[in-house]
Amino acid sequence: MTKLTIDDIRRVLVECAGGDEASKWTGDVSALDFDELGYDSLALMETATRLQLDYGVHLPEDEIAEVRTPGELLDFVNGRLAEAA
Amino acid sequence: MSVVTGIGVVAPNGLGVERYWKSTVEGSVGIGELTRFDSSGYSSRLAGQVLDLDVAEHLPSKLLPQTDVSTRMALVAAQWALEDSAVDVGSMTDYDMGVVTANAAGGFEFTHREFHKLWSQGPRHVSVYESFAWFYAVNTGQISIRHGMRGPSTALVAEQAGGLDAIGHARRTVRRGTPLVVTGGVDSAFDPWGWVSHLSSGRVSTGSDPTRAYQPFDRDASGYVPGEGGAILVVEDEAAARARGARIYGEIAGYASTFDPPPDSGRPPALGRAAELALADAGVEPSQVDVVFADSVGVAELDRAEARVIRELFTPFGVPVTAPKALTGRLFSGGGPLDVVAALMSIKDGVIPPTAGTAEVPADYGIDLVLGEPRKADVGTALVLARGRWGFNAAIVVRRVSPDQRS
Repeated sequence: MTKLTIDDIRRVLVECAGGDEASKWTGDVSALDFDELGYDSLALMETATRLQLDYGVHLPEDEIAEVRTPGELLDFVNGRLAEAA
Repeated sequence: MSVVTGIGVVAPNGLGVERYWKSTVEGSVGIGELTRFDSSGYSSRLAGQVLDLDVAEHLPSKLLPQTDVSTRMALVAAQWALEDSAVDVGSMTDYDMGVVTANAAGGFEFTHREFHKLWSQGPRHVSVYESFAWFYAVNTGQISIRHGMRGPSTALVAEQAGGLDAIGHARRTVRRGTPLVVTGGVDSAFDPWGWVSHLSSGRVSTGSDPTRAYQPFDRDASGYVPGEGGAILVVEDEAAARARGARIYGEIAGYASTFDPPPDSGRPPALGRAAELALADAGVEPSQVDVVFADSVGVAELDRAEARVIRELFTPFGVPVTAPKALTGRLFSGGGPLDVVAALMSIKDGVIPPTAGTAEVPADYGIDLVLGEPRKADVGTALVLARGRWGFNAAIVVRRVSPDQRS
């Protein structure tokens, strides 16, 4: 079963919405709000769409809107992948 | 009174106002073979491209996935204009700063790429940023967001005339009580779809010599060369500018826009009326105008019509006329603002740049076109003209402000 890491989340986020500083992420930063990291709701939508296409996982839009941090996004995606497996 | 305190230029023949102006006075051409894609199969292949701008050097990486090349140029030009004005944006109230830009093409290249994804891969592959990256108001919006400017803001669309309309509206916005407005225009559409859209005007030169393909007012004029880029200005209320000790390039003294009657009406085009109304708005007599920056399409019928307007307003050979855009191509919404920059620099340096490429103007045009070499002149007042395809006309009067003048 596919399981993403925080590095996968970081890579897709940077590809979709830019942000060099994300390359310096550590585990702690994954608990920061997307707002604090400078990513808005569109950045999150773009990233979610890409994750769905790349990993064949369905991420309902209304649930994505509730995700606040990269760590939460990682858990959410892996949870959906596990459900689908 | 509305004065210009900052200038940002992204032009095919120079980045930044100093390099653009040096190239313009020296006659350095920014036109070359279109290299953005393989243009070998097209009837016209010359364009005024901005080839030396590394946007990643100037913009945060988070702005790149969401912006078309035209918006990136607009953001860089706005940043340079604000730096040039030396205004401390952070110390000002956000609602005291507005943004008024013109746009003619929107985010063409970005949209072309997303449409390609839509048709080849499906709607889920289209970037969410396409929702605004295509949009005529996107440059105004992105400048507003980046610099925290929440005052009255607008986007104007009037093809090549729109840039002057934006500056005119910025002046109106200052007059209504907003102390600072970022204004001007920037366009770019040099992807294959953008290029065929340019060619659809039927007025694009098919020449292959970058120095001869676009010859405004020449007896052999055979069309224009499209360009990209433009200029962004910081326009301020004079009292506010003086209070912070700002350098003042000049005053936006008059503005007017008109629309042509239908082609079959038998009535003349309305460019002359725009020029007259702008002079009246500035309180300036034609005899007080020291130079005209002409729209100069480079198509005989349109050049002849513009020459007639200038001849009738200023008497035959009554005022120097020039068209520095022969070096850059026509920049659409960027064209008028770049001419306003050239006018302000003419005032500053006492020199009128030549119309490159043009060799011989038909005698019956009756205009004193500055040819060959720059001409020394004490320029206190300049008239800038612009026409947009489908009937748009706009005129701006730019005037010198003496250092000790008080409004």
